[in-house]
Amino acid sequence: MTATETTGFVGTPVLRREDGPLLKGKGTFVDNIQLPGTAHAVVVRSPYAHARIRSVDLTEARAAEGVVAAFSGADLRDDWKAPMPCAWPVTPEMKNPEHFPLAVSEACYQGDGVAVVLATTRALAKDAAELVVVDYEPLPVAVDLAEAVKDGSPTAHESLESNISYVWKLETDAVDAAFAAADTTVKRRYVQPRLIPNAMELRGVVARPEPNGDVTLWSSTQIPHILKAMSAATLGMSEAKLRVIAPDVGGGFGSKADVYAEDLLVLALARRLGRPVKWIEERSEGYVATIHGRDFITEMEFAATKDGTITAVRANVTAAMGAYLQLITPGIPLLGAWLYAGPYKIPNYSFTCTGVFTNTTPTDAYRGAGRPEATYVIERTMDALAAELGMDRLELRRKNFITEFPATIASGLTIDSGDYVGALDKLLEDFDLDAFHKEQAARRASGDVKQLGVGFSTYTEMCGIAPSRILGAIGFGAGGWESSTVRCLPTGSVQVVTGTSPHGQGHETAWAQMAADLLGYAMEEIEVVHGDTAMAPYGLDTYGSRSLPVGGAALHLAGQRVIEKARQIVAHTLEVSGDDLDFAGGLFSVKGSPDRAMHIKEVAWLAFAAHNLPEGMDPYLEATAVYDASNFSWPGGAHAAVVEVDTETGDARLVRYVAIDEIGTVVNPMIVDGQVHGGLAQGIATALYEEASYDEDGNLQTANLVTYLVPSAAELPSFELGRVSAPSPLHPLGAKGVGETGTIAAAPAVINAVVDALSHLGVTDVQMPATPERVWRAIQEAK
Amino acid sequence: MRSVAITVNGERRELQLEPRELLVYVLRERLALTGTNVGCDTSSCGACTVLLDGESVKSCTVLGVQADGCEITTIEGLAMNGALHPVQQAFHEQHALQCGYCTPGMVMAAVSLIESGEAGSEKAIREGLEGNLCRCTGYHNIVKAVAAAASVTA
Repeated sequence: MTATETTGFVGTPVLRREDGPLLKGKGTFVDNIQLPGTAHAVVVRSPYAHARIRSVDLTEARAAEGVVAAFSGADLRDDWKAPMPCAWPVTPEMKNPEHFPLAVSEACYQGDGVAVVLATTRALAKDAAELVVVDYEPLPVAVDLAEAVKDGSPTAHESLESNISYVWKLETDAVDAAFAAADTTVKRRYVQPRLIPNAMELRGVVARPEPNGDVTLWSSTQIPHILKAMSAATLGMSEAKLRVIAPDVGGGFGSKADVYAEDLLVLALARRLGRPVKWIEERSEGYVATIHGRDFITEMEFAATKDGTITAVRANVTAAMGAYLQLITPGIPLLGAWLYAGPYKIPNYSFTCTGVFTNTTPTDAYRGAGRPEATYVIERTMDALAAELGMDRLELRRKNFITEFPATIASGLTIDSGDYVGALDKLLEDFDLDAFHKEQAARRASGDVKQLGVGFSTYTEMCGIAPSRILGAIGFGAGGWESSTVRCLPTGSVQVVTGTSPHGQGHETAWAQMAADLLGYAMEEIEVVHGDTAMAPYGLDTYGSRSLPVGGAALHLAGQRVIEKARQIVAHTLEVSGDDLDFAGGLFSVKGSPDRAMHIKEVAWLAFAAHNLPEGMDPYLEATAVYDASNFSWPGGAHAAVVEVDTETGDARLVRYVAIDEIGTVVNPMIVDGQVHGGLAQGIATALYEEASYDEDGNLQTANLVTYLVPSAAELPSFELGRVSAPSPLHPLGAKGVGETGTIAAAPAVINAVVDALSHLGVTDVQMPATPERVWRAIQEAK
Repeated sequence: MRSVAITVNGERRELQLEPRELLVYVLRERLALTGTNVGCDTSSCGACTVLLDGESVKSCTVLGVQADGCEITTIEGLAMNGALHPVQQAFHEQHALQCGYCTPGMVMAAVSLIESGEAGSEKAIREGLEGNLCRCTGYHNIVKAVAAAASVTA
């Protein structure tokens, strides 16, 4: 294929246009913005998990070399016209303690900002921050989730009577009766460790006051549009005076889909000081200052008949909110709330979530957000139920798979399409389970120190966030639509504007592929604009695997509108009916007279010149479309993990991973594979390596990249990917989301494999992450 | 302040440095070579990897003054006459980057690994890149790219 072809790009592995600058060190990451006159901000953070702030003395800091200004939380209190936003009040009664960018009188987690120091260089600001004297009075702490939820626990805020923020429940009528009538029930308790997202680029913010009173804010964010609206509201400034730019963003995984204290601080300080202000996070700082993910305890129950038909599911989730409710903290468990029956036909359904404050870094969206937690407990409990019934693990899954679509599930949503059976069939074709079982049996028979296990995970998830009406019905503050503008410029190129905001997903390439196919232009004639609220004024940004399912559909609709407008102009010019025109490869031609034709580029000029347009038509060949999906996006699939466990040391290593995913129509298979690879690595890391832990006083024990184990290349194998396809009938392209599938599916497959490797020794569970110590203890306890 | 002379991407640069300045900040802030990124503060992530006298080092573990008299190659100095270095080209062709933040360091580490003849197998590549973290790719395509570049330059 050459770059000048004008059709057939969708479905092909077009190399990314984003790569050139990034490969040559020409990325535009926030820390690369060096503006003259910048004041560098450093935030002074509470070393205590919970403390009253008696006083903040900035005298010495203000007198230090290079210092421009220094402020306490009290000094800036009146800059905030509203507290920091939580956009998802999940119940009317939800407790949401006021949260300001700097704490005023009470610090509620280790890392809570209490003062800010600005100096002419970052180094001098750091030096001066050391001179800030804060008089703290330590308060009792609520750290451990299981303890914090209990009556009588110390509370995470002095103003709270208990740590419970909310209780949210979804239940069908006859759940208790189904459990009472069941032949078999299983009940298991699972812990989802707290995770630290670790995008490779730390967060960073630069704000520049403009001469006309506007402010430009560059932030390493996934959500420039939401950040713009929320920042303006928090500061009480006109949204029209604020421009937010997300330049090259070095990964996010949900952690940059938030409105952070530092975004607001930098904006407020730039306005106060009338000069550019810059804040760049350090890694160890990010470990406390950027949101964490997961931190659930879940009791999971299945009821089943003797033959393995599952009749009811009951999930009881306790979810840590951390110290404050960030942008969508309370809603994270709800993103999985409808999914605790997985891809299975289970007629009775109960889900309860209790959101609990702890004196820890706030939690919020981390890759998968609510759905990895659901899939983990479902797939672990499927294995437990199979063992209980003496049934094959895969047979139990097959017996309960949803096979007909659309399928309305007991929790009330409708899965538009899927192929769980096909995915599992393909997995087994690719895997050769018999050969594995022979090798496993041989190692067991010989008493090999290194034992092998295989684990499976068959999953579905809901993503592509999402239908605005549904979001409204479940209390979310905003909509879920996405916007796109397509402009056929008069001189022969196309500008595609999208409201999505990529940070590694390759939208510029994939969106150009779609536009090229739709309009018949060459790839290099298409520019894709994103991530700047002045250039792309409307959008709801990138998270929850929504960009292609929602933003890609908006592009498709806008392109169709452009084609229809062009068709009217061609019909008017050639004096034929629009219905008599074919459109292919950029060319409108009269049916039956292919020599009477006009290229869309010519139409773009005619539309611009406007000498002879149909009566009442506006000049310019452009259209904007907003797509608001009628349903979530429902990917699914079947994954298998092979783990080798050293039974003497407890070291568990992943040696093989096969992932078969069903994600509908694929626009760029190379980019999709990359999304799956990265998602798998994060799910595998959850299973084997990563866990943020606090001591009893609320000190983060895994406070840097030395003690928190982000895997390197040496810990992971290459991955084997495959796909089956059941395109969404509701989506213009048939596409589904894929950004989170790997993370959602991988952790249970890996842990099921660890348990399988040790099942002959009597091990039935190993908690995540399956560290050598945990595995070794599980082996000893089973003896 | 100390006077140092460092040759960066073939150009001799004379600088007055504070003794505490790390090489990565000398490159980024004094020389405006912002291609070299900072990803941690514990020398764990490798985003700041550059070549110092031909060998890969994490430029956050080197003081600027220690580089006095040395030759440094950064990501900006890798492409020759506008053509991507074979490792950069392989990263592009194998989709070995997503957000691109770890990429400069990863590419420099891979260049060094290949030049030292230690990229002969998947296992060797994986172990050789252990000091460079990527959160986007799961390393799958990075390993493929390094293997492809190693076979081109061998």
